[in-house]
Amino acid sequence: MGKAEKLALTLSGMLLIVFFAAIIYASAARGIVIPTCITDVEPFTQGSIIDMGDNRYEIQMVARMWAFDVGTGRNVITLPVGAEVDLYVVSQDIIHGFHIERTNLNLMAVPGAINYARVKFDKPGEYFFACHEFCGAAHHTMAGRFVITEPAQTAGAQQ
Amino acid sequence: MLMAVLIIIPMVLLVIGVYGGLMQTLFRAGIIQSDPFMGPDYYKGLTLHGVLNAIVFTTFFAVAFGNAIIPWSLKKALNTKIAWVSGILMLVGSVMAGVMIFIGEATVLYTFYPPLKAHPLFYIGLTLLVIGSWVAFFNWIPMYLAWRRENPGVKTPMAVLGMMVTFIVWFIATLAVAFQILFLLLPWSLGWVDGVNVMLARTLFWFFGHPLVYFWLLPSYVMFYVFLPKLAGGKLYSDMAGRLVFFMFIIFSIPVGTHHQYMDPAIGANWKLLHGFFTFAVALPSLITAFTLAASLEYAGRQRGATGLFGWIFKLPYFDRERWMFSFLISGLIIFLLGGISGIINASYQLNTAVHNTAWIPGHFHLTVAGPVLLAFLAGSLWLVAEYMKKAVKMKGWVVASPYLWLVGVFIFSWGMMRGGLIGMPRRTNTGASYANPESSLYQPDWITYIDISVIGGVLMTIAIIVYIIPFFATVFSKTNEEKEAVDFPISEAYHDEPQVKWLTNLKPWIIVAIILIIISYTPVIYDVLQGTYENSPRYSPNSPVPIENPR
Repeated sequence: MGKAEKLALTLSGMLLIVFFAAIIYASAARGIVIPTCITDVEPFTQGSIIDMGDNRYEIQMVARMWAFDVGTGRNVITLPVGAEVDLYVVSQDIIHGFHIERTNLNLMAVPGAINYARVKFDKPGEYFFACHEFCGAAHHTMAGRFVITEPAQTAGAQQ
Repeated sequence: MLMAVLIIIPMVLLVIGVYGGLMQTLFRAGIIQSDPFMGPDYYKGLTLHGVLNAIVFTTFFAVAFGNAIIPWSLKKALNTKIAWVSGILMLVGSVMAGVMIFIGEATVLYTFYPPLKAHPLFYIGLTLLVIGSWVAFFNWIPMYLAWRRENPGVKTPMAVLGMMVTFIVWFIATLAVAFQILFLLLPWSLGWVDGVNVMLARTLFWFFGHPLVYFWLLPSYVMFYVFLPKLAGGKLYSDMAGRLVFFMFIIFSIPVGTHHQYMDPAIGANWKLLHGFFTFAVALPSLITAFTLAASLEYAGRQRGATGLFGWIFKLPYFDRERWMFSFLISGLIIFLLGGISGIINASYQLNTAVHNTAWIPGHFHLTVAGPVLLAFLAGSLWLVAEYMKKAVKMKGWVVASPYLWLVGVFIFSWGMMRGGLIGMPRRTNTGASYANPESSLYQPDWITYIDISVIGGVLMTIAIIVYIIPFFATVFSKTNEEKEAVDFPISEAYHDEPQVKWLTNLKPWIIVAIILIIISYTPVIYDVLQGTYENSPRYSPNSPVPIENPR
């Protein structure tokens, strides 16, 4: 190997270490986490939204062919701006998944396992999500959205 | 004759797959609601596209290329009987799987995740394809070992090393998918067992699914290291760097699979991070490759009279019809710059939340498997057909033009897909029937521009394949030239030709390290999957939310 090549090899290795260090920084210092293995949550079969107070919510979402359901068949979730959501998702049949646009929430719903992520909605507006894993004939109709409203509007509009 | 079967039949299948690809871009944009050949089911066509192009075509080419270049480089005779057995197994398997998809019994996409169930013959077909490729590999091992015994102290030809590494990675990786199919999916699809652990099956799939990427990539790396410098009129900058790269792929190709499952449940985030770390490790050989190949091309350009810092870029034989293969390899490398960078983005743990399963992902992998891999394999197929069937390549002007057309097409296509993905457009979705349909309540006007851009790219890509396939078949059906000299390949010399070093000679220690890394990286993952799952799944058809009843 030539001298230039050894230099290129060293620089490449250092570049990758910098990238990896950025990941560690984002995890440890900024608290940006990805889904992990959950064993302490009871499996659920019904969707629900629980208001934990203080603008925090726990959502249990059921994904099935071909709808997302947060309780009584709803797939539109209206919350006030600033809402912080602990979102749990299970699948009742086959694999589904979704990414809420403009957020870092991206989850696979795999039958037989519970998935979880936390998301905070800092800006009002509509946040669409579509099923992003092939789940059969009507996969392209499986979608839902979060509607995040200004505080004044939310008082009566919620739920 | 064997070469003809191994190259021409998969080429026909590739063309069917490319047709499918074009149809999918049209479906996604809502331009068509039904494909005249495959019917109205977008997902059936998508399955066929993925299986034929990404699995069947690539596996056949890797086997054909190994069957050609290993005996040729070692100056030994291929055992053609065993090679035929391998070819027939692969062909029968591919046809079985293809027919099951075509008749709508295996609409499960090329990842065949349970609990969507395919016809058992689909799983058996894929198994036969894999076993056929193993038989080809087992045919080379004695040849390689005999050569090593007879030539102590001589460096293994780089092409042989590269192909052996390709199939070592392939063999280890396919063990997992063979286990998945034979012990989980096949008995379950036949109704012998009631349920399957979906997360376990999925994890075993990705144990195979990422090394599959290197199985695609490594034969093209062989062409980049061995053929490209010579075609450019220069030398390989460093022989040792090439060897180091191939050896690194043995150890880092496999312990990386869960970076496809960052967004999955039932796998600890810390173990996902470990797989992410190894993914960065496996990026290193590709970064070395970028340098070594660029240095080789610079050397070639200077040999051709280039001066100044960047003059060599303009001196390379981009449009030389007599070195038509150069145009494929250089286009592939240019595409791979973006393919590689987007791959590192995907692997970057938290960044994956922004792109996972969005249209960004097919945008990315069309810059890898449908970039350097496809173009190198197309060039290699034409070369093998011409050499082994004793033909002169026809219509070389068309041949040279096709990879550049492809480059433009795939850049446009991938740009549309990736931009769309970043604003939330999902992959594997018939958007034309809902999100891209103004009459649908789900209409997403923001996505339309990017969907349409991918149509333009898709049309250009199809034209590029037509521009390639016409000369390909013109060559196949042209008159045989019996006087043509014996089979030849453009083999590069090395600029820095280092003496043999022990640690870059023997495959065995590297294989042992690979196994150790696999055990370290996968034991905790499998443990988590078994702890984190609470029930097995019955079988589902893509057409109904109600499980398929067990016949018993």
